[in-house]
Amino acid sequence: MDSIYSPTTVQEALEVLASGARVINGGTDVMVPINEGLESVDSWLNLRKIQSLQVIERMEKGIRIGAGVTFAAIETELRYVAPALAQAASTVGSRQIRNVATIGGNIATASPAGDSLLPLLAYDAEVELVGVRGARTLPLSQFFVGPKHTSRKADELLTSVTIRDSQGTQHFAKVGTRNAMVISICSICVRIDRDRGIARLAAGSVAPTPLLIPAAERLLLRRDGASELSRLVVDASSPISDHRAPAEYRRHALKILTERIHRKLWQETQ
Amino acid sequence: MNTTRITLDGKSIELKATASTSLLRAIRESGFSNIPGACEQGECGSCLVRIDGITQNSCLVPAVICGEADVETVASLLSQDLANAFARHGAVQCGFCTPGFVVAAEAALASGELLSYDTVRERLAGNICRCTGYLGIIEAVLEVNEFRQQTKP
Repeated sequence: MDSIYSPTTVQEALEVLASGARVINGGTDVMVPINEGLESVDSWLNLRKIQSLQVIERMEKGIRIGAGVTFAAIETELRYVAPALAQAASTVGSRQIRNVATIGGNIATASPAGDSLLPLLAYDAEVELVGVRGARTLPLSQFFVGPKHTSRKADELLTSVTIRDSQGTQHFAKVGTRNAMVISICSICVRIDRDRGIARLAAGSVAPTPLLIPAAERLLLRRDGASELSRLVVDASSPISDHRAPAEYRRHALKILTERIHRKLWQETQ
Repeated sequence: MNTTRITLDGKSIELKATASTSLLRAIRESGFSNIPGACEQGECGSCLVRIDGITQNSCLVPAVICGEADVETVASLLSQDLANAFARHGAVQCGFCTPGFVVAAEAALASGELLSYDTVRERLAGNICRCTGYLGIIEAVLEVNEFRQQTKP
């Protein structure tokens, strides 16, 4: 087995995947445990040469983002059509991380703290998984099954994510110890489209998976809903205590962040 | 062990590396000290390089995927005006982080934008310095940026 395969098509990549090679694109998550000696790799499946994974496409209904699109590209190219996602992308790591880190990597890694995952959930995004037996799409909210666990099968490749609806006023916010290179202690994304009566709220780092909270929708659409909303969001969360923050602090931060972002949304939609 | 050929600051070299070896380690273990390494998790930016034109941390790239790549470090990216400004503003103390800061700063300056204090801070946020308190570094970059903007052809 070679130590590196760099196919140029998804079809070739699937054949390599079947051989057990480890998938790499930006490398910013994958390489960390390897450098620490916790993991090792015999063979890489390098996705950087597959052009079709690096494309952002406007579809009839939605925007399709290839799994290999970097956060640097999202930050600039989707600023007006998906502002909360662009905002979240601009908070990922640092500039040199965003130059190579991809949205597909963020989704497939499935950290509860993944910055781009909250806006994607708030946009009713769907992921596309391609295997040797064909392709399937599923709502992103069903893709995450636990911390760093997804419903992707070992022989499937995550090829794209499609934003179904990014209309409306929206914001992303996260709490961390500094502005760069932070794994969030808690994070939130909200979107409301009052004309169509649509509202979404997603929270990060406060449950085993990034959390879309449908029960929050009704209260988000109410101007006076802030305090009831923050109680509901905190109740829906189940944060853990770890070296980054105790659970109690995460709940507190989530409450404050929810109230603040609700206020901001309503100030802007008047 | 695999053999990977790269161009390091204009010179073609051969790296010996396993699949798990980062570009940073492979370069240093091959006897080249163009890049310092520290955290090896992408936090500190000391190993920052430009690979085929993209500024990235060399600790987060396996060496074997860099076959035929053009790798540029501080050794080929540092421009004289930035070197002078770093010296003038006390932007170098122990010097460990300097190669990374130079690569990040040159990338920011190459963007051709008029940079502000805040944008320079944001551009350099992926690099950590434990000596200077950053002010000298930021002032040096701002000064070079201003000079280059004024003398733009």
